[in-house]
Amino acid sequence: MTSHDDHDHDHRDHDHRDHDHHEPLVVEDEPGNIEGQIIVDALQNLLVAQNLIAPGEVRREIERIESPGVHLGAKIVARAWSDEGYKARLLADGKSAAAELGIGVGEAQLIVVENTGTTHNLVCCTLCSCYPRSILGQPPSWYVSKAYRARAVREPRAVLAEFDLHLAADIQLVVHDSNADMRYLVLPARPAGAEKMDEADLAGLVTRDCMIGVAVVPPVET
Amino acid sequence: MRAVKARFAEGQRVAVLDLEKSGHIRIPFYIRGHVGTVVQRCGSFLNPEDLSVGNVAGPVVPLYRVSFALNELWTDYAGGPSDMLYIEIYDHWLASADKGASSI
Repeated sequence: MTSHDDHDHDHRDHDHRDHDHHEPLVVEDEPGNIEGQIIVDALQNLLVAQNLIAPGEVRREIERIESPGVHLGAKIVARAWSDEGYKARLLADGKSAAAELGIGVGEAQLIVVENTGTTHNLVCCTLCSCYPRSILGQPPSWYVSKAYRARAVREPRAVLAEFDLHLAADIQLVVHDSNADMRYLVLPARPAGAEKMDEADLAGLVTRDCMIGVAVVPPVET
Repeated sequence: MRAVKARFAEGQRVAVLDLEKSGHIRIPFYIRGHVGTVVQRCGSFLNPEDLSVGNVAGPVVPLYRVSFALNELWTDYAGGPSDMLYIEIYDHWLASADKGASSI
């Protein structure tokens, strides 16, 4: 421990008194990242000076990484709801089925897990922040928080209740820890009242949280 | 690239070893020593323990999805006996736990 760390700790305690419970999540990654950012900036300046990368190249690459969004996952789910054959292919091989829709999955494999009347699926990554980024974009801050990562495998029903999802006792809960090479997408159950909706409208019902498994698609008012 | 032969089949009972490795490992502590069931063979991948030190020469190692009963992982688990955890485990972290198998 260094005096810098001690100072940071005091600062954190001070913040706790003044701010609400969001503070720990924000503070969690700060100490290491400041030094890391200095190194990254120096390296980037050096690479530009040596003509190894062009100015703006790093920014464009970040933009590329951050451009996929929830709409891609929603498109996959809506197709699966509309086409039983597609759904079967999606559950068998998520990456190939995504490719059918022109959606490239950069990860080794996409495993799609289906919510049914008897089973509910929840995705987490206890080790870090593994997430199907090529179809859902970047994970929400709570997904990478230490609290979610630890509790999703320890007391998942309590976590879901905090998301206002109260699973019946007779529903089987399956928690997927994406700790290695696979990435996971929850295929939510098609909601009641959506029988006559077309694929584009169905996609509009599908939220990020439903595809992580901390929410379900509510019935559609008809 | 060299490949390690997969030793386990779907449906087989397996125990997660505690290899006491340090560094970049992908097998979390909470799963070690527990017995589960292979639900899927995922193919073979470069070992993250090699990748983390810059070794990209392989071999590739088989990866499995393994299921565990949550109430077996946590004795005070607040949920039904059918609630499960599915996690990915590389071949070298597993030993057979089928009845009649040699002890781990």
